Amino acid sequence: METLELTKNRIRQYISVGKRFDGRKYDEFRKIEIETGISKKAEGSARVKLGKTDVIVGIKMGVDEPYPDSQDEGNLMVTAELLPLSSDRYELGPPRIESIELARIIDRGIRESKFIDMKKLCIKEGEKVWTVFIDIYSINSDGNLIDAAAIAALIALKNSKMPKYDKKEEKVLYGEWTNDSLPLRKDIPIPCTIYKIGKSFVVDPNLEEEDSSETRVTVSISNNDTIHALQKGEEKELSIEEFEEVLNLAEKNYKQLFPVIEKHMK
Amino acid sequence: MTKEFKRPDGREIDELRKMKAEVGVVPNADGSAMFSFGDTVAIAAVYGPKEMHPQHQQNPEKGVLRCNYNMMSFSVTDRIKPGMSRRSQEISKITEWALKPIVMIDEYPSTVVDVHINIIQADASTRCAGINAAALALAHAGIPMKNLVSSVSIGKLDKQLVVDVNKSEEDWEEGEGATDIPITMTPDGKITHIQLDGKISSKQLKEAVELARKATQKIYEVQKKALKDGVK
Repeated sequence: METLELTKNRIRQYISVGKRFDGRKYDEFRKIEIETGISKKAEGSARVKLGKTDVIVGIKMGVDEPYPDSQDEGNLMVTAELLPLSSDRYELGPPRIESIELARIIDRGIRESKFIDMKKLCIKEGEKVWTVFIDIYSINSDGNLIDAAAIAALIALKNSKMPKYDKKEEKVLYGEWTNDSLPLRKDIPIPCTIYKIGKSFVVDPNLEEEDSSETRVTVSISNNDTIHALQKGEEKELSIEEFEEVLNLAEKNYKQLFPVIEKHMK
Repeated sequence: MTKEFKRPDGREIDELRKMKAEVGVVPNADGSAMFSFGDTVAIAAVYGPKEMHPQHQQNPEKGVLRCNYNMMSFSVTDRIKPGMSRRSQEISKITEWALKPIVMIDEYPSTVVDVHINIIQADASTRCAGINAAALALAHAGIPMKNLVSSVSIGKLDKQLVVDVNKSEEDWEEGEGATDIPITMTPDGKITHIQLDGKISSKQLKEAVELARKATQKIYEVQKKALKDGVK
């Protein structure tokens, strides 16, 4: 259901004096619940809940030809399905812009940070490389799907095992796994989405808050302050001062999320 | 030969895998449920009754039940491309027909009740798990219903009938191979859905239906308990 204009205005009023309906501080996440091993058939999988927001991410691997501009590197493919099961706002049919943007934001955070060592996913230069499929599904949509999906993607990658590959037959032995994890680097690209509501900034909005927001910025940060991907979404503009505030908040957010995610990265 | 027959996972021939059921797993939905047979896990969410869009699909005389079944790309070892396949479209329709006899939505003209089913992890019998979850989700949503339905897959492995087929049984190759018979029934033994792939005599098929009747009774108890636990 759409959020009423009345509710949105009340949310903006509240936030302007530093209050949120559910009593959280502006920079406070909802309860984060993380579960792994959601599908035994996947190379890896994770389910992340931020309050009532619930997302499942699964990793599958395939073998394909490399792209012309990266002959000795594996491929990465990220898709997101905003399931009609997860909200009455989503409909069946081909992916709409919301799910395409979500998948692309997650894609760039992982791709640009070089979190996956793509060179190690080359089987035979110019001919055969691994493709990593990251598939995102919303189970219950209650705001901030971006961060939930990005966290789930990182953890699913981490608990993935490489499938067995028959070099002679040049095919993947699906359903059989090696003991090798995916080649991942140490620096984890943590997603931090900052939402502007009225004149204030918050993290991890629920759906009503997200509806009241007119601008958001997603920043993927690793190693405390290295930014790998960034995207401003939605209609309203930001002043330079505000943009700097966003970056400061994102860094703060990184410090909050890093230990939570790192715990599942060992 | 029946004495010597061993199922791959050591179950008795009429033994279901461990079942789990829970309602309320999708807070946004009007009703929702999870149902699993061993490693086969389905979730279902119900939205409605609500105004039917597109409008030309409205039925001014009665409400419409619309089901949508799909598998997550990583629910099986060979990745499935996201989106609806011919298989998932057919199962969606079959699911609709399996549920229709128990759902009383004639009184809601021009509306639709949407049932969305997703398979998170697949180890065969996914449509049965989906139907069981969907029946629960409909009840959880408070949709008027005559009863629940319960669904189970009866298999014939070579010549032996078994209850609740898993993937290694579905791929059975010895002797006459595998015959898969998913069946959905009401607690009073009415068949709302039956399909068959393989090879079986009509006499043995009757035995399969009898096995399904007993198995669906057990499933029904699990479903009832989930609904009761859901209101605690």
